Amino acid sequence: MESGTRLPDEHGYFGIHGGQYVPETLMPALHELERAYREARKDAGFTRELNYYLTQYSGRPTPLYRAEGLASRLGLARIYLKREDLNHTGAHKINNTLGQVLLARWMGKKRVIAETGAGQHGVATATAAAIFGLECVVYMGEEDMKRQALNVFRMRVLGAEVIPVTSGSRTLKDATNEALRDWVTNVETTYYIIGSVVGPHPYPMMVRDFQSVIGHEARAQVLEAEGRLPDCLVACVGGGSNAMGLFHPFYQDADVRFIGVEAAGRGLETGLHAASLNAGERGVLHGAMSYLLQDEDGQVTPAHSISAGLDYPGVGPEHSYYKDSGRAEYVAVTDQEALEGFHLLAETEGIIPALESAHAIAFLPRLVPALPEDAVIILCLSGRGDKDVQAVAEMGGKAGTGLTGGGGNHD
Amino acid sequence: MTEQDPAQAGNRPPAGKMGPEKNSWGRIEATLRGLRKEGEKGLIVYITAGDPSLPLTVQMVAELSRAGADVIELGVPFSDPLADGPTIQKASQRSLAAGTTLAKILECVDATRRLTDVPLALMTYYNPLFRYGLECFLKEAAARGVDGLIVPDLPLEAGSELLEKAGEAGIEVVLFVAPTSTEERIGATACAASGFIYCLSVTGVTGARENLPGEAAAVVRRVRRYTDKPVAIGFGISGPGPARTLSRDADAVIVGSAIIDRVEANLGDPERLLAETAGFVRRLKEAVSR
Repeated sequence: MESGTRLPDEHGYFGIHGGQYVPETLMPALHELERAYREARKDAGFTRELNYYLTQYSGRPTPLYRAEGLASRLGLARIYLKREDLNHTGAHKINNTLGQVLLARWMGKKRVIAETGAGQHGVATATAAAIFGLECVVYMGEEDMKRQALNVFRMRVLGAEVIPVTSGSRTLKDATNEALRDWVTNVETTYYIIGSVVGPHPYPMMVRDFQSVIGHEARAQVLEAEGRLPDCLVACVGGGSNAMGLFHPFYQDADVRFIGVEAAGRGLETGLHAASLNAGERGVLHGAMSYLLQDEDGQVTPAHSISAGLDYPGVGPEHSYYKDSGRAEYVAVTDQEALEGFHLLAETEGIIPALESAHAIAFLPRLVPALPEDAVIILCLSGRGDKDVQAVAEMGGKAGTGLTGGGGNHD
Repeated sequence: MTEQDPAQAGNRPPAGKMGPEKNSWGRIEATLRGLRKEGEKGLIVYITAGDPSLPLTVQMVAELSRAGADVIELGVPFSDPLADGPTIQKASQRSLAAGTTLAKILECVDATRRLTDVPLALMTYYNPLFRYGLECFLKEAAARGVDGLIVPDLPLEAGSELLEKAGEAGIEVVLFVAPTSTEERIGATACAASGFIYCLSVTGVTGARENLPGEAAAVVRRVRRYTDKPVAIGFGISGPGPARTLSRDADAVIVGSAIIDRVEANLGDPERLLAETAGFVRRLKEAVSR
């Protein structure tokens, strides 16, 4: 599975980003985790078991679907959707949680904890924990629990304890603080399953590696279908795990453009957004140096996005490295555009995307006019939109600001 | 290492004028070593700066020092205090809501220095410091009389740059040792730290606990094998009883959340807040002195 960069370095840095900015209590645990992870990856039995669950349980490989309806609406020949929404539990998150739950077992841990924003990572963690009968505790911001009530119920059905987080902005950032506090307290018995390519080393590397199954499959599939590499990869970026999973195996393919789409919320100029790479400054949050939404005094400012899964003021350090090195481009689309993307895909392909993935869709109308007609795009459809249908219905009904005609401008 | 004469250390002028080799200990370390030489135990008190206001913080530092605090930690509020339990989280929120910033805390240290020369350490998460600019911060902090720095999310490795620059600026950098720390890490941490080694009585976050584990002080004894620098223990100390127990092995005990509980209970009445917290500090100091 080795590909892409040789980073992070031995201290967990991607250039100047990454590292381990955590209380001393956790340092031995992070070192133990890294050792165990490196051992497990070399172990044929571990790999065999992971592959077994990815295929027989989650349904991999996911299809690389040629979206002709979408392409013809946009006036481009070839847009491929990497159908991560077809995974068991409905999103790419399970690629990572299966890997980390197997690692938790490998390390002999009986209790796993996780943070969750939209609830997709929480559900994927609860699911993987259920397979092996591990005790599972999920921290979720009270605000997000309201927005994603269905996922809260799913986690509880799966046997997880969902703990509401009432501190700070009551969203993903605060749920992550609370999960870290649990881990620092119960570090000797507990495995912390971080849901994105964020947090202290080795998490950004480990989650990237587990998610790289997306890009490895997509690369082989597009070569099979087109006989050549794609021109562009497009994926949404909150913490950035589906994007990194798609991008990383193409790292050495210098002609393949990487485009990460952040949440511009109500607009970058309003300050109400979640676009850490477009509008953040370097700083330390949740154990790593990376771009970060913060004020001039170094206080982290709350993110805003219509999508709970992108509503995070930080971003994975490897994305920050890609931004600095110019390997990837990062753009941002607004809540409004994301809603249009949501409807566009539903109308043209009969696929209702998660609002997170709808951000990636929403960038296509801006991207396509600049590309040659024979360009090939792969877009990571990171999750399905069932969880968002009710929220979108409420917003559409309430706002009535032209959203109902979603996609109408994209001909 | 040999003991230097700490007698002159207790009442030295504010930091910034560290002498050459002979007096190379900072004021925090010199104070704690001085106490040890006299056979006394130190009391280190944490308060969140700006909770409920910076003018009151200035008064509290003076009062708590008079009441027996040997070193005072001034907490810099942060939006995401992941090493803190609910008590200090709430104090940080109150302080941020009152408009506290690192720059204003440095001004507050200036004001404090007109009232007391008690050794002062700023306890801050890394991001406010990083955002301020390390070199700029260290220079200003030293000039205003900050003696030390405690950064809970900056372990030895990530802290190497700060350790180096703080050394040049004459600011002591306290480092943590946890019950989970390996022997190798304890050795390296004890070697790199200055001021004192901050031992954690438990794995976990800050916050007063009814019961501390029986082996809470074991970590102090482990650290002693590597250094003769002052060793202090903190996290979870709820009052005079546990403070006394833990002070048997350590050179000093650190009390934070239990003080903040008394701040929180008296937010509307500054006089009472000062009296209650000072009274509590007096009882703590008596407990560790007996």
